[in-house]
Amino acid sequence: MHRRGVGAGAIARRKLTEAKYKERGTVLAEDQLAQMSKQLQTFRSHLEAFASKHKQEIRKSPEFRLQFQDMCATIGVDPLASGKGFWAEMLGVGDFYYELGVQIIEVCLALKHRNGGLITLQELQQQVLKGRGKFAQDVSQDDLLRAIKKLKVLGNGFGIIPVGGTFLVQSVPAELNMDHTVVLQLAEKKGFVTVSEIQASLKWETERAKQVLDHLLREGMAWLDAQAPAEPQFWLPALFSELHGHEEPPAAP
Amino acid sequence: MDRFSWTTGLLELGETLVVQQRGVRLSDGEEKVKFGSGVLLLSTHRLIWRDQKNHECCIAVPLSQIVFIEEQAAGIGKSAKIVVHLHPASSNKEPGPFQSSKYSYIKLSFKEHGQIEFYRRLSEEITQRRWESMPTGQAMQVKDSQAGRIRAVGIVGIERKLEEKRKETDKNISEAFEDLSKLMEKAKEMVELSKSIANKIKEKQGDITEDETIRFKSYLLSMGIANPVTRETYGSGTEYHMQLAKQLAGILQTPLEERGGIMSLTEVYCLVNRARGLELLSPEDLVNACKMLESLKLPLRLRIFDSGVMVIELQSHNEEEMVAAALETVSEKGSLTADEFAKLVGMSVLLAKERLLLAEKMGHLCRDDSVEGLRFYPNLFLTQS
Repeated sequence: MHRRGVGAGAIARRKLTEAKYKERGTVLAEDQLAQMSKQLQTFRSHLEAFASKHKQEIRKSPEFRLQFQDMCATIGVDPLASGKGFWAEMLGVGDFYYELGVQIIEVCLALKHRNGGLITLQELQQQVLKGRGKFAQDVSQDDLLRAIKKLKVLGNGFGIIPVGGTFLVQSVPAELNMDHTVVLQLAEKKGFVTVSEIQASLKWETERAKQVLDHLLREGMAWLDAQAPAEPQFWLPALFSELHGHEEPPAAP
Repeated sequence: MDRFSWTTGLLELGETLVVQQRGVRLSDGEEKVKFGSGVLLLSTHRLIWRDQKNHECCIAVPLSQIVFIEEQAAGIGKSAKIVVHLHPASSNKEPGPFQSSKYSYIKLSFKEHGQIEFYRRLSEEITQRRWESMPTGQAMQVKDSQAGRIRAVGIVGIERKLEEKRKETDKNISEAFEDLSKLMEKAKEMVELSKSIANKIKEKQGDITEDETIRFKSYLLSMGIANPVTRETYGSGTEYHMQLAKQLAGILQTPLEERGGIMSLTEVYCLVNRARGLELLSPEDLVNACKMLESLKLPLRLRIFDSGVMVIELQSHNEEEMVAAALETVSEKGSLTADEFAKLVGMSVLLAKERLLLAEKMGHLCRDDSVEGLRFYPNLFLTQS
């Protein structure tokens, strides 16, 4: 019987066929890449046209930015991934958010000694706007959140913790697990929390509650009021501005 | 009230505003009408009333229609009024709110006062009859589609201009959203195409050349699409990141030396972007460039601590040696917290903490973790056993 597919000749033939397939495969990829390159150029000019009409809108309007970001997310595009991307280049979205990132870092650093690296999104917004000056563009909370999400990749501990309808922004690499987060959320209502409250609301044992509170104390995110009437109160400086709003301190006598 | 005509409230050429008063109600003779609260304007040619809430609602009557006017003093619960007696409406009068009226006079009720001044001015205008010597054209029909010149003077004119601008802005915004949607459609096509290419690559299992991989990655970079093959964005980076890495090596040399050879990536991000001013780096750009530092044999390197904190060090920098120095410092003082150490040595608290943690990891320091803070002591267990 004539055996097919064995022998030096068969091997050589197979190699040749494989090589041909390989070549074709490369050619296929080449074609597609060439096509993508061309389409990219086309897209780029569309983006350019869009930018010439609406670039200002992006810079001036937080609502428009939000719409823009949402749409990008929906189709699977990250306009902030790289300063070298078309979006940053043509629309200038990049510069807006990257600069915001720098401002966020600076604000958090400046206030860290006071709040241990935790700050409400609202206070962060106020401080950032203050630093930007009177003539700078408006910055929404959504803008801040997006900038912070990008900053995470720098390994500096930036994180966003949802509490009572808003967010706390963490800016230090302290480990905050679910337990810590839940206690923060509990404390958000009054600005402080006690062991009894944790036990009542979360049904934890004393030990667990104490561990969490101690951790927050150590990180400087909570302050202890040992002289509170009923039992020690653990206050979050991050929430102070929320509580006291714009109260003026009493004038000295 | 049938002598009034609808108007835009814009003054004509040659028409000048004389006085205006808020809080004026109109009455048709003795009867109240729906023109309850408005601004009354007196110009050289007309008496104009505009609703305070709805600026679109604006009516006017030519001063030439006025026969005579009289004052009506305020009473208990009644505002002062001016009664304006009018000629019958002319047949070619522009359409107004009322087709007919059984009264030949109207009353202007000054709920927020001002009627004395207004009466005086109105009398003056009626006497001087300036409208006769300053002829104006027929009221112009303002067409919205002509974005062109709307010649308007006076406060009424300015307000109307603002309204037009607001409408224009609204129009712009909806146009912007429309254009945005169209743009996103096109962007979506790009995403689909990149997915199909990525699939082809996966099928071929590495039959794509290195060169093509690099090209593909740079295309993804332009569009902001995550690399669907490797799942990480830009993994080993692109040509751009290589260039960037080299640039960074140049820029950061001096700052690093000034800071004891080590800087957190956050610090680097701020430093570099503040210096650039424009065309800033994204955080991802920075990280991807830094990841290439070592392989490009540049004099800096990226280091990631256990805590996740990322730093850039000079190649010549040896953190382990610094630990020995740290140990000495801590021993001198007996014990130190990260804050204290940072102040002493002149480092950022973040990096000070990392150094102390590293020293602890190497066994040189012990920690005392209490609610008063994290304090480090020389590890006597090691040295004095």
